[in-house]
Order: sequence, then structure tokens, then C-alpha cells
Amino acid sequence: MAVKVISPGLATTVQDLGRPGFYHLGIPLSGGMDRFSLRVANMLVGNDEGAAVLEAVFMGPELEFTAAATVAVTGGDLPPKLNGEDRAGWEAFPVKAGDRLSFGFLKGGARAYIAVSGGIDVPLKLGSRSTYTLGALGGHEGRALKAGDELPVGAGGAGGGSVPAALRRLPGNPAELRMLPGLYWHRITAEAGKRFLADTWKVAPEADRIGYRFKGGTALDFVPREQPFGAGSNPSNIVDACYPYGSIQVPGGTEPIVLHRDAVSGGGYMMVGCVISADMDMIGQLQPHSPARFVEVTMDQAMAARHDRQAALQRVRHLVGR
Amino acid sequence: MSIRFSFGGDEHIFGEVSESMSLEAFFTSLSMTNAVKAAGIKGVTEICPANASFQVKFDPDVIKPGDLLKEMQGMEAAASQSNASLQTRIIEIPVYYQDPWTHETLMRFRERHQDPARTDLEYAAEVNGLGTVESFIEAHSSQPWFVSMVGFVAGLPFLYQMVERKRQLQVPKYLRPRTDTPKLTVGHGGCFSCIYSVRGAGGYQMFGITPMPIYDPNQEVSYLRDEMCLFRPGDIVKWKPINRDEYDAALEAVEENRFEPVIRPATFSLSDFNKDMAGTNAKLMEALNGR
Repeated sequence: MAVKVISPGLATTVQDLGRPGFYHLGIPLSGGMDRFSLRVANMLVGNDEGAAVLEAVFMGPELEFTAAATVAVTGGDLPPKLNGEDRAGWEAFPVKAGDRLSFGFLKGGARAYIAVSGGIDVPLKLGSRSTYTLGALGGHEGRALKAGDELPVGAGGAGGGSVPAALRRLPGNPAELRMLPGLYWHRITAEAGKRFLADTWKVAPEADRIGYRFKGGTALDFVPREQPFGAGSNPSNIVDACYPYGSIQVPGGTEPIVLHRDAVSGGGYMMVGCVISADMDMIGQLQPHSPARFVEVTMDQAMAARHDRQAALQRVRHLVGR
Repeated sequence: MSIRFSFGGDEHIFGEVSESMSLEAFFTSLSMTNAVKAAGIKGVTEICPANASFQVKFDPDVIKPGDLLKEMQGMEAAASQSNASLQTRIIEIPVYYQDPWTHETLMRFRERHQDPARTDLEYAAEVNGLGTVESFIEAHSSQPWFVSMVGFVAGLPFLYQMVERKRQLQVPKYLRPRTDTPKLTVGHGGCFSCIYSVRGAGGYQMFGITPMPIYDPNQEVSYLRDEMCLFRPGDIVKWKPINRDEYDAALEAVEENRFEPVIRPATFSLSDFNKDMAGTNAKLMEALNGR
């Protein structure tokens, strides 16, 4: 069984839950940006939740199947069509040999997850099938898909079912990204911190798997200091340090960047804190120009939100019968 | 030095040993990450030393953030007093300074540079008071450099110059980062040099290019079969200036997979280095050149 790529979409990649353990070498986790949707897509087709799927962004690919399988599309509202006929998202449907899966225009969110029963069976690299494009590692030949690619699919099990809208997770308007202030938060003035949290930002066009840039808020004022040796001359510079996933760096104090699954592992810009783990999925569903706010939470609230996300996944597992 | 700890969201603990760069700060962060590794703490998934700081990623469903923080704070006293010495390697990196590829790239991004009328090397020579590009290259390549961090992108080494602070080369980064940097560019920003392991964005000044691969995701390069990334923190690097003919010959050897890098075992002790930098570096050169 294989999936043939007729047209690739904008930047469709193979992703699973990621590649932990190599960040100290600068090799990031990679994996689906919206892992809630990735897990649910796999549940619907009867795969392990961490099987490899296709992550499409903004525009869907066109695919042809060489054998019968079960398929499900979750994530943003990118309407699937089978041989030109509408199919529902967040619902398993069967395909036969020779069937073609294509997509209508994106109606909401940013990324869709396309799971095929058996999972996309590209070789494991450092324990994962995820694509890290910048490092040409993993996925299909270390890159986004191209027309003519043929992806092997593993042996599939039984799938089926659908997930009602109430159990899906999509960002609000504005999106509220909960964050734990910290890291170099002390480098900005109290007034700048207040404004950072009060402003409504907009997702900039520079938004990808490495990170999401935001613009339109007030530039940050820094607490004056003599720059430490090795840090660089701009007040937003630090001696190059590690960057956590979800960390919010503000180069030059102007446009915050939230690092995501293909994060650069370190660098010389101060960070004001981190988006909490529970809200990372949502960032992957933000389109350029959509509004977003950063909302301060405590560690206890971050842990409660984490457990809420896990409970939401658990409800889907019960519903789908996994 | 007392470590400033901070949570990075609900999945990271970040520790800053010092705001400013020094080898003392590097060794404390390395000792901390070694101690975390040795403790084998359940739930810890990534342990990353950096120049003067470090980071640990964990699963807060396995270990509570506050518990891990306490455990790491308990390691601080031992780590800051640990013996700052290493059994390490010295690696020779051939560099074709003033090469045509980084030159073409820097000309494309002149409007993002502090001094558009000059090249990156001319600017670096000027701000370091070295007069000519040739003297700058001599200052850059005559003494060894210490790998104080690996990261940014896969396998990229940050290198700290092993000379007295007043002689350390410092150059600001580009005003705005470039969107392109040739693969294997030797760059410099602040007090750090680096080797760009992959083609991509970058803000460091560009001085030259090495023919020697340092990252191979396909693990086909003879010396990268076991580990896709060449560098680890604590490695020592000596730049070897080469000309176009030597560059072309090395590249041909790389393409035929018969390039043999010069990598020799070496020892490094921070206290010996601080007592006698010239003597320590001379010994490192003996280790490299087998004399």
C-alpha cells in the first residue's frame, strides 16, 4: 500500500509525535504542531496515536491511494473531497485503490492532519518519522512532499467513528495564548510587561514550524544595564542560551516570536517567558493576520490547563472506543 | 556565581550561571548538566548545556516542576566547585577566508549591515583595531577556540576564543538577520565564532567557508557515521587558513568520501589555562600536530 502525491499542497510534511533527546545537538523535536488533532486523526483510522501522518498547511495536497484503507482528516477546517465528493472532517471514511483525496479552500485554522490506516511508513530517523526540513532529516527524504512522491503505508487495523465539534479544540478570536512569565522577564520594565499582556497582537506572515512571529503591539522598554561581555550590544541580546519550546523571544524588543516544533535550539535574544504546553496546539492553527493575546498564568494554572487538555483527549478516546 | 533558575513554561527549567560569558560559567553549566544526567531523574527528556547557562526539559506528569527544581538546586554547590578539566579533542578546521560564496551572499544583504561600503571582514578588522583583513585573519586563526555550545540548528558549534579577554575578537551581529547563509560558512557575532552547519538564516558576520562537513543527516560521511553531528561542548578547534586550490582539493576529497579530518585527543584544564594561556595553547598545538 502506498500514497501517491499528485500535487503536494503548500508545505505538506510527514509528522508523528516528534523526536525527543537531541535538542542538545540543535536537533529539535519536530512532530505535528497540533498534536491533539494528530492523535485524534490516528485514533479515527485505528492507528497508534503516535503513527506518522501528513501535516498540510493552508492548502491541501492531492493524493492517490494504491489500495483500500481508512482515512481521516482533522485539525483546521480544510474540507476533504474523495474523487471530487465532499467528505466530513474529523470523521473516518474508507478509500479504495485508485481513489483520489483532494481538498477545498481552508475555512478555518491553519493545519490539517491526514491519517491513513497503517500510518505513513517512512524510515525511522533517530527514533521518529517526523520531518525536520531545516536539517534535511526524517520524513520523506528530509523535505516537504513533491508531486510524484510515493509514500509507503504500513499494515492497517480497523478504524471508524467521528468527533463532534464540541470535542475539537480551535483557537478563539482573539486567540488567548496562556504564558508563564519568566526566563528574562526581569529585563523589561514593569510598565512594558503590563503592555505586553494588554496588547492585542497579530500573527505576522513569518509564521512556520520553527516559530510564529507576532506584530502590532507596543515595543518593549528594557531595564537599563551595561551589556554583559559576550552578549552583544542590543538591550534584547543575551549571551547565547537555550531556547525552550514555546519560549517568547523579542528581538530588538519589537516583535515577539514563539518557537514551535522545529525550534532553533538556542540563540542570543532574551525571552519574556513561555507559552504553556496546553496551548501549543492552538498556535499551529493560527493564520497570518489573526489576532492573539498573551495571558499570564501561574504554574498551577498551567498544570490545570495541561490536565484539561489530557482530559479532552481522554473523552475522544472513549467516544471513538480506543 | 549563583545560578538563577527559572521555569520555561510547564516543561522546562532554565538556569543562568552568569549573565556574561566566561569559561568558568561554561564549566559550571556543563557540570550541572552532567549532574542532572548522572542522577537519571525519571521524567527528564532533554538536557542541554549552553555557553553560560543550561536547560532541562521534563514531563511534569512524571515529576512535579517544583520537585525537579529542588533537586537541581541541590546540585548547584557541587557543580560550581567541580574540577574544571576535560579529556577532549582538538579538531583542525580548514577555512577558505574571503571565499567567493560568502562574498556573493554578503553583497546581497549589504543593506542589513552596519557598514554597507565594506565587506564583513573589512568591518571586523576595523572595529577590532587590526587595520587589515590579513591581520584580522591572523588574529582569528592563530590561537585555538573552545566549543562552548552546540545548537541553534543541527550540529552548529559556538566557539569561544582561547586568548586574554582584551585580545578576544568582538563584532556586532548584522543589524537585521540575513535570510540566507551558505552551508559551512564560518561566522562571528559578539565574542563567538560559529560554523553554519546548514544553509539558512543567520545574523553573524561571514568570514569564510570550510569544505569539511560537520553535520550529515544521512550518516554517509566517513567520520559522521556514528554521530550525525561532529561537535560536542568542550571540543577545541584550530582554524587552518587554506587557499582556493586547497579548498577545491579538500572538496573533491569530501565528495569522494575520502576526506580525513585531523582530530586528536587532548586534555584541557581551566586552571592551567588561566595560569598560562600561551603555554596551554602551545601544548594543544603539539597534540594536534603530533610533535
